Amino acid sequence: MVKEILLPLLILIPVLPLLAFVLNIFFGKKLGGKAAYISIAAVSVSFLISVCLFAGMLLSGEQAVEFKFNWLNFGFLGIQLGLMLDGLTAVMLVVVTTVSLLVKIYSLGYMHGDPRYSRYYAYLSLFTVAMLGLILANNFLLLFISWELVGLMSYLLIGFWYEKKSASDAGKKAFITTKVGDLGFFIGLMLLFSAGMTFNFKDLALLAGSGAIPENTLNLIGILIFCGAVGKSAQFPLHVWLPDAMEGPTPVSALIHAATMVAAGVYLVARTFFIYAHAPLALEVVAYTGTFTAIFAASMALVANDIKRVLAFSTISQLGYMIMALGVGGYTAGMFHLTTHAFFKALLFLGAGSVIHGAGTQDIREMGGLGKKMKITMGTFLIACLAIAGIPPFSGFYSKEEVLSAAYNSGHLLIYWTGTLTAFMTAFYMFRLFFMTFTGKTRTDLHPHESPKSMTVPLMVLALLSVVSGYLLVLGRVFEKLVFFSGGAAEEGASGHFVMYMSLTAALLGIALAFFMYYLKKISPDYITEKFPGLYRLLANKYYIDEFYGAVIVKPVKKLSGLLFKFDQKVIDGAVNGSGFMTVLISKLQDLFDKLIVDGAVNGTGRLTVRGGELLKHLQTGLVQNYILIAAAGLALAVLLKIIF
Amino acid sequence: MNDLFFYTIIIVSLVLFLIGVYGVLTRRNAIGILMSIEIMFNSANINLVAFNKFLALEQNIGIVFPIFIITLAAAETAVGLALILSIYRKIKSVYVEKMDLLKW
Repeated sequence: MVKEILLPLLILIPVLPLLAFVLNIFFGKKLGGKAAYISIAAVSVSFLISVCLFAGMLLSGEQAVEFKFNWLNFGFLGIQLGLMLDGLTAVMLVVVTTVSLLVKIYSLGYMHGDPRYSRYYAYLSLFTVAMLGLILANNFLLLFISWELVGLMSYLLIGFWYEKKSASDAGKKAFITTKVGDLGFFIGLMLLFSAGMTFNFKDLALLAGSGAIPENTLNLIGILIFCGAVGKSAQFPLHVWLPDAMEGPTPVSALIHAATMVAAGVYLVARTFFIYAHAPLALEVVAYTGTFTAIFAASMALVANDIKRVLAFSTISQLGYMIMALGVGGYTAGMFHLTTHAFFKALLFLGAGSVIHGAGTQDIREMGGLGKKMKITMGTFLIACLAIAGIPPFSGFYSKEEVLSAAYNSGHLLIYWTGTLTAFMTAFYMFRLFFMTFTGKTRTDLHPHESPKSMTVPLMVLALLSVVSGYLLVLGRVFEKLVFFSGGAAEEGASGHFVMYMSLTAALLGIALAFFMYYLKKISPDYITEKFPGLYRLLANKYYIDEFYGAVIVKPVKKLSGLLFKFDQKVIDGAVNGSGFMTVLISKLQDLFDKLIVDGAVNGTGRLTVRGGELLKHLQTGLVQNYILIAAAGLALAVLLKIIF
Repeated sequence: MNDLFFYTIIIVSLVLFLIGVYGVLTRRNAIGILMSIEIMFNSANINLVAFNKFLALEQNIGIVFPIFIITLAAAETAVGLALILSIYRKIKSVYVEKMDLLKW
């Protein structure tokens, strides 16, 4: 690969959407409907470049290309910024630009006629820029900057319809919750910098590999950096924001809260895997957090009734899967699952958007029988459901099997079995969603209609990708060639067929159960609900975690802020008012001083002069001879004095 | 002998000057005052001539100076008389106690 061409290409990838953002945000009103096309054109070029780079990386077999420049120097330390292209980056570039392009095209139909249409595209463009910057960064600093920018865009887009109180609340919740994780991430970064004196990934990887940093420090850094991933990728206990984030426009949910941004946490763990490779404790934390999140979120998805919320829980659960895969050392498996998941989850969300667009409701209990009217949506949704459930030959089957074999091979049997159980639950709730939405009779008098072409075409493209992206790994193990961890011991392929059959069985069982309960209606869901009312309420209320946070964190913080407000009012305002009062008092005193003493002195001088004049004027007799007499007397006196002395 | 003559002349000059001073201080008539001033001028002239004669014979300055003084005194008297005439026209009097415009 020619380095000279590569750098401008790499820079062009994020700069084009940035240009689109600038145009849309400043001239959006004038551009009107054209705003969208600028944004789409920019991201299409980025997409084409990304695909070329991906192909180039694949064919050349090059490991990594890095460009850097000095950003700032202080003392003997310098901070470099730069871009890096390796297999991981190339894969992520393709994923992000593909999903972002399709979502932007889809939004043409979905957001049609929105009053803040151009602003929406501006936000989407800037989000793409931030995400691409995050992927292309060759150092922690640029990554962190992009990371925060991504968080900001997420906030803006969740609260895009800010007239709705729930939307603006959800935006705030997402922003604040992820910030909790980011705090840990930032502390971890500072620790890492103080240990390595550099932000560069390559240098840090060498340093971690050489054993220059003690293992305990690495463990601590690993856990702290993982905090950031926990926030961004909605892992337990910071998962609470993602279900609420569904208040944003559905394409945004697809792009940000399903396919790309939430994958940033997984990407972060993968990118910093050189730390985890030498920090076994941190890796265990990662693995168990991921596993717990996977089954925990899946259980909540079982009873959710909002189509987008089901998908949100499913996203959390699948993210848990990826984190789990990374935690057990399945570097390639985790990233592979991220890639396939990005396509089928984006498809699910866009399909859900199409359903909402057509049916006008988000509650699956009110839907039913939509399949007759929305054939394309149903077909693509079915493909996505099969993919996420893990049925061959759809992509989810391969990636999920890869994840589970990684867990099995690493010897974490608890994690493996939990993962398999989660796979069963995933298949069940996805098909519950599918059957309740598309089959049976219409439960309410909805008038569903198929969505416009701009929405169905992205659906079909994503459906195709959901099918074929699985073969990236299977055929010639292409994916593995690009994304692998050089320093780790990620053994693959020793599981035989056991894991494959197990996961397939779990998925089929899940689908079968859903089929019986929601299609044939042989088993009434209400019956189960009545049998285990406590469990149902626990799940439906999301384990009361929101209430728990509300009582333990939000309420005390509100109380504290109330106290601080009172402190402000009483003490600080008091001090300010007091100092104002003192100033007035002192100036009054000064006024008195001025009037009495300064004015008195001036007037006194004047009066003294007048009085003196009154007294002395009697000398002025007007008689010339008097004056002469005095002069003569004076002269005589002077002469007399001269004579005496 | 010379000394006695010199002192005599000095004393005459002193007496003339004191007469002039007395006249200036006591006369009510402005013209009288003017005349008394003339007397004082002349006593000074006598003094100058005497000093030239007895103390610095070689130089004639003591003789030339009184001639200038006499000339100036004449001019001064003319100005003074003109002033008095002008005042007389205004207040119909030449008595100095009437000329009290500068009194407070």
